[in-house]
Amino acid sequence: MTLSRLFHDTLSMLKGMKVTILYLTRPSRVVTQQYPENRETLKFPERFRGQVVMPHDEKGEHTCTACTLCEKACPNGTISILTTKNIASKRVLGEFIYRFSTCTLCNLCIEACPFDAIRMGHGFEMAAYKRDELDYVLNKKEGR
Amino acid sequence: MSESMPQGPIQPAPISAAPAVSRTGAPDAVKKSGSLPPGFTLRDVRPDGSHEYFLNMGPQHPSTHGVLKLVVRLDGETVLETVPHLGFIHRAIEKMGENETFIQYMHLTDRMDYLSSHINNLCVCLAIEKAMNIGVPERGEYIRVIVCELQRIQSHLLWWGAFGMDMGAVSAFLYGFIEREKITQLFEELCGARLTMNYFRPGGSNADLPEGFIGKVKTLCEEMKFSLDEFDVLVSQNPIIRERTVGVGLLSKERAISNGCTGPVARASGVNYDVRRNDGYSIYDRFQFDVPLGANGDSFDRYRVRMDEMRQSVRILEQAAAGIPEGQYRSKEKPNYKVPAGSYFAAVETARGLYGTYLVSDNSFKPYRVKSRSPGFSNLSAIDEITRGGKIADLVTVLSTLDLIIPDIDR
Amino acid sequence: MIAYSANHPVGDFIRANLPAPLAALANGALSVVVLMVLVVVVAILLVWLERKVCARFQARLGPTRVGPFGLLQPIADSLKLLLKENIKPRAVDTLAYFLAPLLPITGSFLVLAVMPFDHNLQVADPQAGMVYIAAVSGMGILGILIGGWGSNNKYSLLGSMRAGAQLFSYELSMVLCMLLVVMASGTGSLREIVLSQQGTVRDWWIFKLPGAGALAFVLYLISSTAELNRGPLDLSEAESELAGGFHTEYSGMGFSMFFLAEFVNMFASAGLGATFFLGGFLAPQFGIGPLDHILAFIPGFIWFFAKTGALIFMYMWFRWTFPRLRIDHLLSLEWKFLLPVSMANLLLAATLVTLGWILP
Repeated sequence: MTLSRLFHDTLSMLKGMKVTILYLTRPSRVVTQQYPENRETLKFPERFRGQVVMPHDEKGEHTCTACTLCEKACPNGTISILTTKNIASKRVLGEFIYRFSTCTLCNLCIEACPFDAIRMGHGFEMAAYKRDELDYVLNKKEGR
Repeated sequence: MSESMPQGPIQPAPISAAPAVSRTGAPDAVKKSGSLPPGFTLRDVRPDGSHEYFLNMGPQHPSTHGVLKLVVRLDGETVLETVPHLGFIHRAIEKMGENETFIQYMHLTDRMDYLSSHINNLCVCLAIEKAMNIGVPERGEYIRVIVCELQRIQSHLLWWGAFGMDMGAVSAFLYGFIEREKITQLFEELCGARLTMNYFRPGGSNADLPEGFIGKVKTLCEEMKFSLDEFDVLVSQNPIIRERTVGVGLLSKERAISNGCTGPVARASGVNYDVRRNDGYSIYDRFQFDVPLGANGDSFDRYRVRMDEMRQSVRILEQAAAGIPEGQYRSKEKPNYKVPAGSYFAAVETARGLYGTYLVSDNSFKPYRVKSRSPGFSNLSAIDEITRGGKIADLVTVLSTLDLIIPDIDR
Repeated sequence: MIAYSANHPVGDFIRANLPAPLAALANGALSVVVLMVLVVVVAILLVWLERKVCARFQARLGPTRVGPFGLLQPIADSLKLLLKENIKPRAVDTLAYFLAPLLPITGSFLVLAVMPFDHNLQVADPQAGMVYIAAVSGMGILGILIGGWGSNNKYSLLGSMRAGAQLFSYELSMVLCMLLVVMASGTGSLREIVLSQQGTVRDWWIFKLPGAGALAFVLYLISSTAELNRGPLDLSEAESELAGGFHTEYSGMGFSMFFLAEFVNMFASAGLGATFFLGGFLAPQFGIGPLDHILAFIPGFIWFFAKTGALIFMYMWFRWTFPRLRIDHLLSLEWKFLLPVSMANLLLAATLVTLGWILP
C-alpha cells in the first residue's frame, strides 16, 4: 500500500463522510411524511389511480347504462354488473359490484366506459379484516 | 456413474480456476443418505476432518432481493458452486396472457420487471403495432422515449440504493430512494400509478403528458447531475467499494454472450450491444447517446456501466425534452385490438437488458400464446461461474451487480 | 482497590455511619446497583440516539411517536422484546445457547466498573486497569463464539467464526494504542491516566505526544469499531450476507441481551477513548482565564459524558457512511496495516518519551 494511495483513500472516505454529514445538518433534506396524521393534507395528482368510484350528480343520478364494457375490459373479473328491468321493461343497472380486493387499478375499465360513468378515485387504503369487506356496490340507486 | 447419466443439452463450459464438479450424478452412498440437494455432489471428508457444506441463501435472505433461493456449496467462506432455484414467485403470467385480451395482457407485464414496467408495456405495444401496422404520432414517440428513459434512471437509482445496502452502506439505500421518489412522483402525475403503470397503448399512450411535465423533467435532469456526482463521492470512489468490486465476479465477453446476458451485465463485459442503438426501436436513432462499455466484466464495471447509463439517459432526456413537438399523442384508438394471425416479436432495452415479447395470434382478440424473454433470467444464469472461488461477500456483490428482479425471472 | 466513590459524599456518609465491614458491603452493593441502572439508562439512550442519528443521516425523522421526540421508543421496544417468546430451536446446544447472551453484557459491565466517571466516581481503580480491561473485554468475543456455535446454524457459525478472527486480531492494535498512553503516563490505573492529562487541552494524550498521540487515537477509533462489531466492520452480523450472523437464531431476551451489550460496549469503548486520549472527566482548559473558569465549573461527569458522546457520534457517523469490508480485507487491514503501524507508533512514542519530546 503506497503512501499516496493511502492518502487518496483516506481523502475519499472523508469526502464520503462529508456527504452524509450534510444530510444530517440540513433538516430541509428530511423527506419523511407522517402518514396517518397528514391524511387530510395528502395531495393527489389529478390522474391518481385509486379505488374506482361512480360519480353521482346532485339528483343522485349516475350515467351508467349497464353496457358491461367495463366488465369485459377488466382483466381480473373485479367488476360484476347485475342488471334489472325498469318500469318500461328496459334493461338497466341493478347493482354495480366492484371488488377492490382483486382490482389491479389498471385503468382499463375507465378507458372502456363510453359514458364516463366511473372514474378512478383517491381511495388507496385497503386494510380490512375480511376480503368481502372490500366488495362495494358503486351505484346508490338503480339505473333509469 | 456420472458417465452413464444422460447429460443435459447445455453443458457449462469448463472453467479453469474452478473445481470440476459433476452436477448430474451423485455417488450412491450420498444419494441414499438423502441429505443432499438435488443436482449436487459433495466431496469426501478431508484428512483433517473438514468438509464442504451447503448453505441455503434464500428465499428469505435479505440480499437475494425477493424470493430467489441460492444453494451454495461452500468450503469455509469460499464459494465452490452456486445453484439458483427459481419459481417461488411464478405466477404463470404468460399462461394468463392467453386468457386475456392483448391490452389486458399488457397490464400483466407491469408485474414482471416492476422497475421497468413502462418499458415492458412498450414492448407489447411494439409487437401489436408491428402486427396491426399501427403508426405512432411524433409526439407519442417522444413521450415514449422520455418516459422510458425516466424509467431507466428510476430503476438504476433503486439498484444503486440496493447495491449500497448490500455492501453495508445503508444510507445509500435511502439516498437512492430519495432521488427515485422524484421520478416516481412524475410518473404519478403522468399516469396515476407509481409502480404498475399501464400507460402505453398501441399507437401511443393512454393520455397526453400533464401540464408542466416537460419543465419538471428538465429540472430533474439538472438535479440528477448533482446527485450522481454526490453518489460518486459516496460510493463509487469509496476505497472499500473498490476493494470489494474490482476484480470480483469476472464475466468474460465470451461467457456473457453464451449465457445470453444482455444489458449492463453484458456491456460491462465488453459486449457492445444495446437494443436502443442496434435495433433503433421507437425514435432512439434520433438522439445522441453513448453506450457505456466495461473492459473487464467485473462487479465494478457492472456498477460503473449503470452509473454511466444514468448519465446517458439524462442526456437523452435533455434532447427529448428540448425537441418534443406539439400534436397528437396517440394515433386513432381502436375499440379492440384483433391481431391478425401470425407470430410477432418485439424487443426493447429495459434497465436490465433485452426484454422481448413473442406474440402468436390466431386472428382473435386474445393471443394464442405469449412468451417473454426476460433479461434477468439469462443474466442470472451466469451466477454460478462468476461466483466460484469467491467469498460469500462476493456472492452478495455479484448478486447485487447483476441487478436481478425475481418476478422478472420467475414471471 | 478503592471502594465506591472514594471521597464521594455518599461513600463518606456510609463509611462514617456504618461499621467498616458493613460499609464496604453497602458501598459495593450501592455501586453495583448504580452501575446496573447506568447500563440500562445508557443502553436505552443510545438505542434512541442511534435511531435518531441514523435517521437524520438518511434524511428521515426516526422515532417520533412514543413519548416526546420518540424518547420512550426504546422502552417500548425492550418491553416488546421482554414479552416475546424466547424461541429455542430443536437442534441447539441448550447450555451454550442460553449462556452466550449473558457473556457480552457481563464483559461490558465489568469494563464500566473501572471507568472513571468523575473525580471521585469510580467503582474500582486497579493499578493494572488497562490490563484488566483487555482481559474482561474478551468475554464479549467468547459470548459471540459460544452463541454462534450453540445456535447450530450455518449463518450463526459463519458469523461467530468471523467474529473470532476479527475480534482477536483487532484487540491487538487496540491494546497497543492504549499501551502507548499507559507507557507515556507511566501508570495503568485509569484514574491516574486521566489525572496525568491535567492542564490545558494540550496536555491531553492525543496532543501531548506530537503525532504519535493523534495517530494512536485514530487507530484506536478504527480498531475499537471492529471490536464493537459495528459497521463498517460488523462482519459477524453482516445483515446482507449472513442475515444477522451470530444472533440469527436468537429472539426475545436472548437477542435483546446481545443488542444491549452492543450499545453498552459502544459506550464503554467511547468512554475508554475519552479517558485515554481526551482527558476523561477533566474539563477542557484553553489557557484563557474566564473561559477556563466557566468550563471548570461544569462537573466532571458531564465532561466525561460529553466526550464519550462525541466519540459515540463518530462511531455512528462511520457506521452510516461506509460500506462493509470483506473478511479477508478486514484481516489484512489489521495484520498488514494497523498492527505494524500501531507497533511503529508505539516505538515512536517510546522514543518521544525517552527523549522527553513531549509537549510541555
